[in-house]
Amino acid sequence: MQHAGTEIVSAVMPIIERWKHEEGPLLPILNGILREFGYVPREVLPAIADALNLSRAEVYGVVSFYHDYRENPPGRHVLKVCRAEACQAMGGDAVAERLQELLGITFGETAADGSVTLEEVFCLGLCACSPSAMLDGEVIGRLDEDKVQEIAREIRA
Amino acid sequence: MMRKIYIPRDSGALALGAEKVARAIAREIGLRGVEAQIVRNGSRGLYWLEPMVEVETPTGRAAYGPVKPSDVPSLFDGNFLSGDAHPLFLGNPEEIPFLARQTRLTFARCGITDPVSLADYEAHGGLRGLRNALSMTRLQIVEQVTESGLRGRGGAGFPTGIKWKTVLDTSAAQKYIVCNADEGDSGTFADRMIMEGDPFVLIEGMAIAGIAVGATKGYIYLRSEYPHAEQVLNEAIAVARNAGIVGKNVLGSQYAFDMEVRMGAGAYVCGEETALLDSLEGKRGMVRAKPPLPAHEGLFGKPTVINNVISLASVPIIMDKGAAYYRDFGMGRSRGTIPIQIAGNVKHGGLFEAAFGLTLGEIVDEIGGGTATGRPVRAVQVGGPLGAYFPRALFDTPFDYEAFAAKDGLIGHAGIVVFDDTVDMLKQARFAMEFCAVESCGKCTPCRIGSTRGVEVLDRLAKGIEPSRQIEIVEDLCNTMKFGSLCALGGFTPYPVMSALTHFPEDFRPQPVREAAE
Repeated sequence: MQHAGTEIVSAVMPIIERWKHEEGPLLPILNGILREFGYVPREVLPAIADALNLSRAEVYGVVSFYHDYRENPPGRHVLKVCRAEACQAMGGDAVAERLQELLGITFGETAADGSVTLEEVFCLGLCACSPSAMLDGEVIGRLDEDKVQEIAREIRA
Repeated sequence: MMRKIYIPRDSGALALGAEKVARAIAREIGLRGVEAQIVRNGSRGLYWLEPMVEVETPTGRAAYGPVKPSDVPSLFDGNFLSGDAHPLFLGNPEEIPFLARQTRLTFARCGITDPVSLADYEAHGGLRGLRNALSMTRLQIVEQVTESGLRGRGGAGFPTGIKWKTVLDTSAAQKYIVCNADEGDSGTFADRMIMEGDPFVLIEGMAIAGIAVGATKGYIYLRSEYPHAEQVLNEAIAVARNAGIVGKNVLGSQYAFDMEVRMGAGAYVCGEETALLDSLEGKRGMVRAKPPLPAHEGLFGKPTVINNVISLASVPIIMDKGAAYYRDFGMGRSRGTIPIQIAGNVKHGGLFEAAFGLTLGEIVDEIGGGTATGRPVRAVQVGGPLGAYFPRALFDTPFDYEAFAAKDGLIGHAGIVVFDDTVDMLKQARFAMEFCAVESCGKCTPCRIGSTRGVEVLDRLAKGIEPSRQIEIVEDLCNTMKFGSLCALGGFTPYPVMSALTHFPEDFRPQPVREAAE
């Protein structure tokens, strides 16, 4: 859901207020916005810069540095698939291929129907039950064809 | 009699269905009207048996696993609440060879207790280290840690006591304890397990560190990929604050120490300590040049102890049982125990805490039981994405900081990823370069440019374009990155690349030659 610019800025003000007097407030603010909206709308950056007495460039520099701070609203589901070595060792590349095929999108994309955003992640700490993924915050280990199909079904439902 | 049923809330167990199992057991308890209480514990770390459900019986714990929701009615039918036999019956979990062979010091409680029950924590030896520390001078605490021989478990292996002494010796109005919980290395999950399974031990370790060096504030910098750990830590910190373990007067003493969890945002390089400090300050996670050391000018320019989760979580047992007790485990200059994480294509994957000194072969073949696929083990990456690939020929290498360094490898955070004979080492080498290119903070040229060039060169090699020339360039690039990078990201990426090239040269030969050789 795309919010109107001013509406979204006023919606993030409580998050900014909550943190602005704490030490190192910028990441907690951005993480709070991410949790609330699922992305970090770039139109809120000037308000953050003002509140923290930073330049807009500084805030933009931080936002663009971290993988989590996606610029656009994600799909209804977010599927993060681990691509790191412990998952590679257990056929993770094939699982990743299969998921892209079933969902009809590649990593970094959101499905046209808004059902899902597919992202790569480098290690979920589930390396003794690989390959692994995280669907809307829920972890899934030992991905195989059955589990991959189940994920695709849940996303389409 | 009220029976306790333990079902892990550890994310590894959750990934294998523990939540559904817990729901099925709760439903069955209701349906059958039996007197039983579900406790959500951490994991013992035997992941091939997860979800592993344990029942407290008069003769000790009885374990069952791996349990599927559909197994639950039969468990009740078979009277598992009394520890009776069942096809999934594993006996007393402590007698399972994988656990029985371990020396659990840091992970003594993990998988046994309710992670957010302070009563459980104390009943299993918790807080004794902190109480001892409160009866000592700051210098005595630091000396205990130094004498224990504890070295940074995050990977660098720097003596923890020396870091602490440096911070103790500075004078500043504010000092900090920062816990590096940005466990980004593939193949590692010890930090996650302890944070989810026994968070009080980390809280206790940080409080001891704070008292020892005169720091009043602690931060746990936790990676965003670990939402379950975040939840457990926040629950535990709230419990600890209520109980006066952290706060204005730690356990009623004159020392103040409080702490909070701060989340990262998906940047591997923030596991590097100075990049982590910049990130905590709200900046891009850029690596700082050293000196100044974080011990002198760390978080917000103040003296800061920055330690890995396992380093801090090992302090309570040292302060409880004494430096000599801990130091007596291990070999050479690697003292105490190390939680080895056995991962990837392995039959018995999980956490194996043991004194330093096991050989790589013992870990992979005996303890890990070889590959999960049943094919021969071809390569083992030790120490995460920046660690070397070891061939079988080096399986006699003992698990020890210096022994691994002598074989051009590193133990890092002690994660071991096993690969079978289908692995393509040229592809793994390319991945190492690509990962470095994606995650580089960009501050220094060897890492930023070298990794991108490395990908290009390996791609040309894969296409068979002037192969010997490409290998020469890769070697040269690796040399530049190793000696010219500011931190371990650029500096250690050559380890996986060069080890792949050195130990598995057949994978780097042009295609026609490779096919002919097969």
